[in-house]
Amino acid sequence: MTSPADVANPLLFFFMVITLFPLGLGPDPARLATLAPGILWVVALLASLMVSAKLFASDFEDGSLEQLALAPYPLAVTALAEVSAHWLATGFLLSLVSPMFAVMLGLPEAGLATLLISLLLGTVCLTLIGALGSALTVNIRRGGLLLSILIIPLNVPVLIFGTTAVREAVLGGNPESWLALLAGLALGSLVVVPLAIGAALRVSLDS
Amino acid sequence: MWTFIHKLGSPPWFFGFSGTLVRWLLPITVILLLVGAVWGLLVAPPDFRQGNSYRIIYIHVPAAVVALAGYYVMAFAGAVSLIWRIKMADVTMRAAAPVGAVLTAIALVTGAIWGKPTWGTWWVWDARITSMLILLFLYLGVVALFEAYENKTAAARACAVLSLVGMVNIPIIYKSVDWWYSLHQPASIKFTGESAIDSSMLYPLLLMIVAFYCLFTVTLLLNMRAELVWTHRASGWLKQLVGDS
Repeated sequence: MTSPADVANPLLFFFMVITLFPLGLGPDPARLATLAPGILWVVALLASLMVSAKLFASDFEDGSLEQLALAPYPLAVTALAEVSAHWLATGFLLSLVSPMFAVMLGLPEAGLATLLISLLLGTVCLTLIGALGSALTVNIRRGGLLLSILIIPLNVPVLIFGTTAVREAVLGGNPESWLALLAGLALGSLVVVPLAIGAALRVSLDS
Repeated sequence: MWTFIHKLGSPPWFFGFSGTLVRWLLPITVILLLVGAVWGLLVAPPDFRQGNSYRIIYIHVPAAVVALAGYYVMAFAGAVSLIWRIKMADVTMRAAAPVGAVLTAIALVTGAIWGKPTWGTWWVWDARITSMLILLFLYLGVVALFEAYENKTAAARACAVLSLVGMVNIPIIYKSVDWWYSLHQPASIKFTGESAIDSSMLYPLLLMIVAFYCLFTVTLLLNMRAELVWTHRASGWLKQLVGDS
């Protein structure tokens, strides 16, 4: 993160793509309300793809990634620190503003809290997986599209659990089990994915 | 046992060994495929509800089964390559990805062809179909990542990391897609069958699955041999081999 634009642009992207949906689907509030959980979650996923492309890029270009790899800490731990900072600036903020956009799309109020919690948990997974994609493609020119191809299939469970939790809450059910699954995914990813990121960064540095 | 594994890591030795293996396995595969196809397509009785259209199962199910197994072969080779840095494991992983992708595509296409007369539509977002589609994406991701790297040693290690993460993720993807589908299940489609399959239909199916495993192995080995010839085109042992024959 180097400038305020890096923080603002993903949120703007999120806002703008969400605006496209009423324009494309028509302004019917009832239909938008039923589609809202899916729209919000898919756009959040796309936003995370956009921001993760650049996650390790500047560190790689100016050589600080190499210095971090030489540091006496495991690269996985350093990577986890970087990813946490990145999440605070992107996924965390995006989750915080998401209820506002949800209201604009007419998502029933019963779903708002669940949307916030599900995105807070889900963006942890999205950011970690995105960081893995970034680590794998940082040394490849025009890696942005490749990164999306690599990580979209890996994000499928997060999307399913997230949207299902919100929909469950909207329908008056209990979303706790879905949120628990998301929390489980987030915790599991926190343990496993940094190791993969560390290995991927070493590959990129060696190549 | 250990010397055998050590030998497997040596390209010249593997080239000779795989040549012998292919020479035996290729005819066996052809025979199994022919017997299975004739048995399944001509001898097995028609289904009482689907008539003859069900016979595509003899291509569809074996392709799907082996496609999934192929991912585990690829990921296992990736793990071996990451841990022990064995060159042959890289070659195995690289060779397995396109074969698995093609098998997944075959399973999806035959599924669509089967779906048209059975369900009246080419495509439904059914749990198993969707999972197979995502498996295809995972395969294509590995292929795309490999192609993107210029340094092929790094490419193999990057793909190993990706396929290992994918392997951990596959059960989660399958389970989540399963739940997703059961929550949204459209009432119009009801698919029953495999579990209640009669033995007269099951045996040719099992034979075809074995045949597809052999086909996968042969294709994998041929793919690896082609790769070895290309990467070692300048080495002495290969020139010697070509000169001999």
